[in-house]
Amino acid sequence: MTISGMRPLLASALGGLLALGVTACGSEQAAQTEAAGTAEARARTDEKITVYSGRSESLVKPVLEDFQEASGITVEVRYGDTAQMAAQLQEEGSRSPADVFLAQDAGALGAVAEKGLFAKLPEDVLDKVPSAYRDEDGEWVGVTGRVRTMAYNTDQVPKDNLPESVFELTEPEWKGKVGIAPTNGSFQAFITAMRVEDGDEKTEDFLAGLKANDAQIREGNSQIVADVNSGRLASGLVNHYYVYELAKEEGTDVDALKARNHFFPNKDIGSLVNVSGVGVLDRAGDDTDVREFVDYLLGTQAQTYFAEQTYEYPLIDGVDAAPGLPSLSSLNTPDIDLNDLDDLATTIRMIKESGLV
Amino acid sequence: MPRPALACGASLAVGVALIPLAYLGIRAGEAGWDRITEELLTERTGALIGRSLALAAVVTSACTVLGVAAAFLVTRTDLPARRLFGVLAALPLAIPSYVAAFAWVSAVQDFEGFWAAALVLALVSYPYVYLPVAAALVGVDPAQEEVALSLGRGQWRTTVGVTLRQVRPAVAAGALLVALYVLSDFGAVSILRVNVLTRAVFTLINLGFDRTGALVLATALVALTILVLLAEQFSRRRAARYARLGGGAPRPPTRLRLGRWRGPAVLGLAAVIGAALGVPAVSLVRWFGEGVSRPGSLGELADAAGNSLWVSLLGTALTLLLALPVGLLSARVPGLLAVALDRLAYLSHALPGLVIGLSLVFFGINVAYPLYQSVWLLALAYAALFLPLAVAAVHGAAAQAPPVLEDVARSLGRRRAYVLRTVTLPLAAPGIGAGAALVFLTCMKELPATLLLRPTGMDTLATGLWKHTSVAAYAAAAPYAALLVLIAAVPTWWLSARTGVLTRTGG
Repeated sequence: MTISGMRPLLASALGGLLALGVTACGSEQAAQTEAAGTAEARARTDEKITVYSGRSESLVKPVLEDFQEASGITVEVRYGDTAQMAAQLQEEGSRSPADVFLAQDAGALGAVAEKGLFAKLPEDVLDKVPSAYRDEDGEWVGVTGRVRTMAYNTDQVPKDNLPESVFELTEPEWKGKVGIAPTNGSFQAFITAMRVEDGDEKTEDFLAGLKANDAQIREGNSQIVADVNSGRLASGLVNHYYVYELAKEEGTDVDALKARNHFFPNKDIGSLVNVSGVGVLDRAGDDTDVREFVDYLLGTQAQTYFAEQTYEYPLIDGVDAAPGLPSLSSLNTPDIDLNDLDDLATTIRMIKESGLV
Repeated sequence: MPRPALACGASLAVGVALIPLAYLGIRAGEAGWDRITEELLTERTGALIGRSLALAAVVTSACTVLGVAAAFLVTRTDLPARRLFGVLAALPLAIPSYVAAFAWVSAVQDFEGFWAAALVLALVSYPYVYLPVAAALVGVDPAQEEVALSLGRGQWRTTVGVTLRQVRPAVAAGALLVALYVLSDFGAVSILRVNVLTRAVFTLINLGFDRTGALVLATALVALTILVLLAEQFSRRRAARYARLGGGAPRPPTRLRLGRWRGPAVLGLAAVIGAALGVPAVSLVRWFGEGVSRPGSLGELADAAGNSLWVSLLGTALTLLLALPVGLLSARVPGLLAVALDRLAYLSHALPGLVIGLSLVFFGINVAYPLYQSVWLLALAYAALFLPLAVAAVHGAAAQAPPVLEDVARSLGRRRAYVLRTVTLPLAAPGIGAGAALVFLTCMKELPATLLLRPTGMDTLATGLWKHTSVAAYAAAAPYAALLVLIAAVPTWWLSARTGVLTRTGG
């Protein structure tokens, strides 16, 4: 076939691609009108909600099943990774089939809220949770609290050597002994909090110090805790409930593990309290089924489940933390408002520039 | 099939493969030049590109050596237990890279980094070279070798200079698949902590949920793909004639006597296969024993297996349907258009599944909304990802079916469509079947795109495995991994069988 013979073909191929593009633009508008229509229809209860869960199935499935049983509302769940789910929601925009986003950390909720995809939550829902643990514009609310800690191996780190402050970890005695997960949302929130509390310069020094001190990089917190328990790592910066998760997987008591939690004292930024939380997609803003679901998450039953089964901190009044876990008020954690942790972009740039990722 | 219809069908297929590229273009355009240069023109990106290329080069070289050596040993020598080795050597293809990497990490202390990833990737992907080369070696006419021997060339010089040179197209095709596979792999590099481009793309999605930055970085992978494709194209230029001339049936080739090399050859091959299959097997057994996280109920496991089979079959059917016109066109109407369409089909093949997934989310939301979160869109994603595997198989099969038979049918007054159905496809069917088997088992192993595109509430074996390993529940993950490998082993076994290494007389 000659070049000239190919021309009509090429033209039709390009035309096809172009048509694809035009359809894409056209349907975006169509999508918006359609979404408005669905939102109205949704106001009536259809006894079904679709949840995008960035939290793992093994942790939240029992709660969703209990809700389904108690309310008679069918829960369709899509499980995935919090970050990938946030990317998917951003890509889906106003046509998302999701009603609710259940996320592992406040940062992911903030990223979706920033795209204007969440509906405002009612005041009485928000008021169940202290103001530090919810969005100031009322677009998401915390469900459970999680405290940053240092997990350490009891054979390798004597109790007397435990640091008073997370900043001590850049000192020579900790060289090569600290595991971190810099791509993890809770690590980033902790670094952002450090910037808010101690300034960018000190935070940059801290990151550079970690790098220079040969900090050990891991994908996630559970790997750090597993490595601390096995002795591959002496210590690592994680969230408090991972040692409990490991104990559960190994079928032992948490006190039988080599890995222990160390909570930094004196309001040190190393024990930042972060949350997992929930946001309602715009289309489901006045869906009563969804409202019932959010109420359930912030009710006594679900909060007790999270306290006792996932060892996270309940955020509503009247439900206590798991036995054996120090109470949130006794920990002397730093007074940081999660709403002040919105400048993630700068944190990311600093982490990238430090060479830790 | 009339040629314009063939060309239209091929263009449609390539259109599907180009959806991810169009999506990357749109998103990169939105990001703007400042963002693109800020992300791409950094020392860090340079290092990532260098490391990705180095990994692809090391793994491809290793796979070429391992694949060719294994294929030669089982088809052309008096290796003991030749047929057993012939099947075992193909089986690592059934093991997903993330399962292999997990297995090695839990078996060997401090197993991580560039060379660890290179080892794992080479062990799971050398069958991409082994399978086509074994098939080619079985099919090669021994006449040329005999001529070389009769002219006084030694046995080894003949082997290297004549025999291996004849199977060069098969080696190049396999090496291309390996190189593109390494560029797109995420599982092994993430578990073994090698910072290459795919891992950085995922990291950026995690880092501050930065979709735009990740997609801009993914465009660098497209550039690398073009580089690899050009290199492969260049290696083809100097290709000579490989087909036999004249009439008569080819005889099965004679086998080389290994002599005192018999022992080392057996040991070497056994070591490679043992490392590739044994380490995952041992780790799986240990996962079963360790931990108290209950294996998911049998019902859930059966559901996941059923779903895996269903979406993989659907994906395979769609991929083949789209690959057929591209492969036939490039086999029957060689020319610029055919080459262009064939090469374009490869462009998305090195993109990570996450990017393919996001692009199909975009396509589903904006263009094909009724299909969104249905198995059909997932099947379309598999087609976009694995089209080249099927195209190569169709092309090879059609090229082997003598066109003269079609001409005869045509001269007897049969219409083109009828000829395609009754002559070309039956002749090419075994080859196309091999392509189908390869696409099917690759669909079974795929994870990131499946996570993004599967219907809400549906689990496959791969997503079930991911769900448990992501919370370190290895005991619960083990049955999913084992079943995944077992099911994928069936088409793999069939693939190795049809190379001819199992036949008693064929070589």
